[in-house]
Amino acid sequence: MDLLADLLDILTSVSFWVATLRIATPLVFGVLGVLLCERAGVLNLGIEGIMVAGAFAGWFAVHAGAGLWGGVAVAALAGAGFGFVHGFLTVPLALSQHVAGLGVTLAATSLAYFAYRVAFPQLTEPPRIVPFGQMAWLASVPVLGAVTPLTLLALLLAPAIAWILYRTPLGLALRMVGENPAAAEGAGINVTATRIGAIVAGSALMGIGGSFLTLAAFNAFFFNMVNGRGWICVALVVFASWRPGKALLGALLFAAFDAGQLRLQQSAAGNQVPYQLWLMVPYLLSIIALVLVARKAAYPQALMKPYRKGER
Amino acid sequence: MRLEARDRVSRVAAIGAPLGAVVATLVISALLVRWAGAPVLASFGALLQGGFGSRFALAETLTRATPLIFTGLAAAVAFRARFFNIGAEGQLYLGALAAVAVGGQLGGALDLPSPVLFVAMLIAAALAGSLWLAIAAVLRTRLAVDEVVTTLLTNFVVLLFVSWMLDGPMKDPTAMGWPQSVSLPAELELTKVIERTRLHSGFVLALLCALALWALSKFTAFGFEARAVGANAQAARFAGIRVDATVVKTALISGALAGLAGAVEVAGRTGYVTLDMSPGYGYAGIVVAMLAALHPLAVVPAAIFIAGMFVGADSMSRAVGVPTYIADVIVAVALLAVLVATQIVRYRVRWT
Repeated sequence: MDLLADLLDILTSVSFWVATLRIATPLVFGVLGVLLCERAGVLNLGIEGIMVAGAFAGWFAVHAGAGLWGGVAVAALAGAGFGFVHGFLTVPLALSQHVAGLGVTLAATSLAYFAYRVAFPQLTEPPRIVPFGQMAWLASVPVLGAVTPLTLLALLLAPAIAWILYRTPLGLALRMVGENPAAAEGAGINVTATRIGAIVAGSALMGIGGSFLTLAAFNAFFFNMVNGRGWICVALVVFASWRPGKALLGALLFAAFDAGQLRLQQSAAGNQVPYQLWLMVPYLLSIIALVLVARKAAYPQALMKPYRKGER
Repeated sequence: MRLEARDRVSRVAAIGAPLGAVVATLVISALLVRWAGAPVLASFGALLQGGFGSRFALAETLTRATPLIFTGLAAAVAFRARFFNIGAEGQLYLGALAAVAVGGQLGGALDLPSPVLFVAMLIAAALAGSLWLAIAAVLRTRLAVDEVVTTLLTNFVVLLFVSWMLDGPMKDPTAMGWPQSVSLPAELELTKVIERTRLHSGFVLALLCALALWALSKFTAFGFEARAVGANAQAARFAGIRVDATVVKTALISGALAGLAGAVEVAGRTGYVTLDMSPGYGYAGIVVAMLAALHPLAVVPAAIFIAGMFVGADSMSRAVGVPTYIADVIVAVALLAVLVATQIVRYRVRWT
């Protein structure tokens, strides 16, 4: 009963909802990024490494004097760069998307760590930057007044991507190459270019998601700070059945659970349980979410199927 | 551009593509070494010297290669049947925990003769890895849950579980608050193969496993079924192969190998479990398997190559100040380059 009372206290506090939005932000960018890639028919397991690269590149740019939005742009560029590599490997070269994605994750992660060590050989503590603050013009709005502009951007991005996917020729082309590339080709769509474009755009979003960690949630780059968030996004997109609106809701729901377990962990009753069990909750939740929907998941028909002209 | 399958592999491509992969890897790593401000040739010299250049270096490399052979085999056997086990890291830790639980804790209570206990310890480790991966395998075959995501996510769950165990039930009370498990008794530790080095008989065990796996995939019906399922699951099902059963069996073998990696690390090198006992051996095993083109025997040289890079990078870092992460970059770039090369051997690029 104590736990229940604690839970009620948590759900009614503003700080809980602010934390939920904060935890959700990198996931929203990440899951929308995965969504763009998979809707075009390509699994992008590079996400974990791309988020690390985005986190590092964005923070390093700001440290070098680029300004916060400059840092976000650099993170997007870094993500797009690795996305292009992934696209080249998986679309024209038709490599196994599992292996290519893991390769990109390894390359992006190790390059970011290497670059960090080259830039700061001796430091044990990374230099701090001044991160994104709250938005003054929203100060009077209860929960939104306490979040950073990147969170607002994430919330607006979901409807924007839904609009592009369902209301523009570009979105139609993207969905077509992910469902039936041969038909898309017949309709005059360049499958290779569309798929690579989708991967590059999605990876840029993943990069921005990573940069949220260093430019808003924290104020420096740490090793292991992405900590599986990328993989969680890959699970969430299945849960969201590849729809932007559901992706946003899924990320928020997941973040609410995560924020809740963080607070229960510190409550008097939650203290009785080893903290490691609480920390398992997000990963277990992702798996449960997958199990719940996997049977009836409507995968994009051409997901993980490379396309070659003239082949059936 | 598009790809066209080659009717027959041209000799130029068969020799040129792997060579190109090596050159590309060398060029990119050379650029990174330059960027770190170190002389390129001297750095590569230090890398090779540190990894392979002396009796001690070689022994250290083979020591580091031992868990990589196990995790490399774990990935190779699973990937061959198109079951993507990315969870070897977690299975390794569970194997290590099970080894200490049986060899250190249960063994202390039961007073069994040490050969019996040793075998029980290895079996426990293999079972721990096996059963853990079996969950992901059954979720895949029964509920169509993608094993890539579940095995990736369960790695984090396992690490937290290990952390909990090291804090509580399996904590070494004499470790002055360091999170480490109780130790294995000395009689369960693997003997050293070369004196005054860390190379232990676990390396021999790894070689035997590679040989056994090769025989299993070449000479048994199971090996054939696994390859058939990997090549084309639908055709395999049509030919009367029980695809789901084959996938689960493959997962049991793969998890057992990764679990053994943990037991051998504990019995051969550390003596107890810590949270940093594996610097990503599970993930590196995937690279090992890919470099070996999923061939069990080729896993051995691939693991030695990667171990040599990591050991060599440590001493290069001390000598010329290039960050040790260069080894991770070299390994990742080598993986991507080899992937591209294999595709170029198989297909020709047509510019349209």
